Amino acid sequence: MLSRIVSVSLSAILAENFIFSRFLGICPFVGVAGCRDTAVGMGLAVTFVMSLASAVCWWVDRLLTALGLAYLQTLAFILVIASLVQFVEMFLRKNIPSLYRSLGIYLPLITTNCAVLGAVLLNAQEGSGFFESVFFGAAAGLGFLLAITLFAEVRERLDYSAECPKCFEGTPISLITAALIALAFMGFRGMKIL
Amino acid sequence: MNILSAVAVLAGLGGLFGLALAYASGVFFVKTDAREERISEVLPGINCGGCGFAGCGGCAEAIAAGRAAVTACIPGGSETAAKVAGIMGVEAEAQELRVAFVRCAGGSLGQKYEYTGVKDCLAATLTGSSAGPQLCEQGCLGFGSCAAACRFGALRVENGAAVVDADLCTGCGQCVSACPKKLIDMIPYRAAVTAPCSGCEKGSVTRKRCASGCIGCGKCEKLCEHGAVRIIGGHPVIDYAKCVGCGECVGACPRQLLRTTPRFRS
Repeated sequence: MLSRIVSVSLSAILAENFIFSRFLGICPFVGVAGCRDTAVGMGLAVTFVMSLASAVCWWVDRLLTALGLAYLQTLAFILVIASLVQFVEMFLRKNIPSLYRSLGIYLPLITTNCAVLGAVLLNAQEGSGFFESVFFGAAAGLGFLLAITLFAEVRERLDYSAECPKCFEGTPISLITAALIALAFMGFRGMKIL
Repeated sequence: MNILSAVAVLAGLGGLFGLALAYASGVFFVKTDAREERISEVLPGINCGGCGFAGCGGCAEAIAAGRAAVTACIPGGSETAAKVAGIMGVEAEAQELRVAFVRCAGGSLGQKYEYTGVKDCLAATLTGSSAGPQLCEQGCLGFGSCAAACRFGALRVENGAAVVDADLCTGCGQCVSACPKKLIDMIPYRAAVTAPCSGCEKGSVTRKRCASGCIGCGKCEKLCEHGAVRIIGGHPVIDYAKCVGCGECVGACPRQLLRTTPRFRS
């Protein structure tokens, strides 16, 4: 059980990183990674929503399966995620207004962040147990946090280097950078975990 | 039957989450001032930080809470101040625009060493002596860190020193903090005479180091009937409260350092 959780978590963070190998959640990844603090805030918010969504969705999935309504999964999961995002938004607005402001429109956009929906759908598909699901959700979120933080650091440096050709400035060079990091993350594929 | 249970399950879940959110919104209720949002709308939204708050949002919050004056936004000028005052229901006093001014005219006669590092003033002051590569220890380094900090494109580097375009300058003061040599001052927009030098060496030393620097001869100080120009710390300092803009000092300066500005009569 424990070894299964460790291997699921590690592979979700490194080998099966949501951004670099599953290509989920690219919109906030490119949009919010302009500065490190915002990126870390976004990563933490996504991690929080993902772990909580995994936990709640597991029960919802049980309920739906028991009633023979498994085809409602996607709809019900989106409902759960939307409510959780609303909750996170209220929480941040009250307790960390600076982060709330800097995340701006990207915070409500977690609702439609396919990485979150991807995590809960993968859980349902795999038929994972409750704890496994929660750890998978949290690890996937941490993987997202790792990816977006790494990328934000690179982006901050990119902004300071004047060498970038004019036609590549902004998003193009960001996407190329992301692809290079993704290549590096491919290396984790060969790693055998436990 | 299947349809009914599907509808019931989704309605139940939706209702449950709705209730939970309704409860949470009570717990995390934030009292907002309606004026804050309206002030945010009239502020320029450039987050320059010239007001001393963390961006325009912070400034709007402070104004709405009465912690800042309605004239707090410097780049917005009197136009924005009037709008903000309208929202807050008070009168805004007209304020004089202040613009940045670089106290160096360039003209350093050489370099102490060849600097090949990052083209940034702060980086340059971290190498060798803390004064940077320029022969004049007080002068502008000319790498344009101030120009990079300016969000309005009001600064450019000319003749080895940064120059402010007073008509583009909004007076936010970002360049003042960007200059590692503390060369940038805020002066009145309608200042008649400027003295672009910060040198503190003796005349003989300055002559060897800079083509335009003040040599401390004191002609300007002696000539000025209003006591508006004084040589302090080796360079002329102009008291804009006393200066009437007669321009006597400008003609007398043997180094052509003192300059009249075209803005005085406008």
